[in-house]
Amino acid sequence: MAEIILRFFVGGTVVCVFAVFADALKPKSFAGLLGAAPSVALATLSLTVWKKGSTYAATEAESMILGAAAFFVYAAVVSSILRSARWSALSVTGGSLVLWLACAFALRYAVLG
Amino acid sequence: MLVKFEPGEIRDTRWYEYATRFLFGGLITAAAGLIAQRFGPAVGGLFLAFPAIFPASASLIEKHEKEKKAQFGFDGTKRGRVAAGVDAAGAAMGTIGLMVFAVVSWKLLPQLPTWLTLFIATLAWAGTAAAAWMICRRRWRERHSGVPTQKHKELGA
Repeated sequence: MAEIILRFFVGGTVVCVFAVFADALKPKSFAGLLGAAPSVALATLSLTVWKKGSTYAATEAESMILGAAAFFVYAAVVSSILRSARWSALSVTGGSLVLWLACAFALRYAVLG
Repeated sequence: MLVKFEPGEIRDTRWYEYATRFLFGGLITAAAGLIAQRFGPAVGGLFLAFPAIFPASASLIEKHEKEKKAQFGFDGTKRGRVAAGVDAAGAAMGTIGLMVFAVVSWKLLPQLPTWLTLFIATLAWAGTAAAAWMICRRRWRERHSGVPTQKHKELGA
């Protein structure tokens, strides 16, 4: 339980730090790079190495490659739909999370078995 | 200047908007740990690249752009959505850097101190993402302007 609470606070803090930078950067397309910042990974991997060792964390990082590929598909599709301006950002980004899940797990089973 | 850092823009963001991102960021970090515990690191690792805070960030951008237009009496709905779409395009380029971050971490974590690995991996993310952005920006400008770039001039176009 203590570990989960620690993960929550460390993860939330790292995400906020990147969010502050993103808000201050212009143009918006460059600030968008920080929407895919490794904020969750930085918090998680450092805590995982501490708790479970570097080999375990390296396995997580290997899977993260596939999660990032799924994120690329998600972001590209979301960008395309939002530029048509037909639906709100929340409905498009929230609804498309299903796309990320489908891509990530399809890649995981296709590549890692 | 290609890229600007404007600290004054941070004042436009309200405290509860940062609190929302803190909450989502904290929840996904905690959830990634729980998922790894339950299903193993191969599944848990996927969620290190879960776009958990992206819906909140995109909604905030849409809202801020809409408010800016509303100050002048215009409906900024379309502008807000397009701005969020531009941000998403930037995130797509950022994910290329995220893949590089993951590869560097995967290869170096068993060999180097953690802090050094994550530092190198973060630099690799930043460099790759920025390079991808610059390449996309240049190609977009070539497609949308009639002014020849240096490359076109060298080719005699």
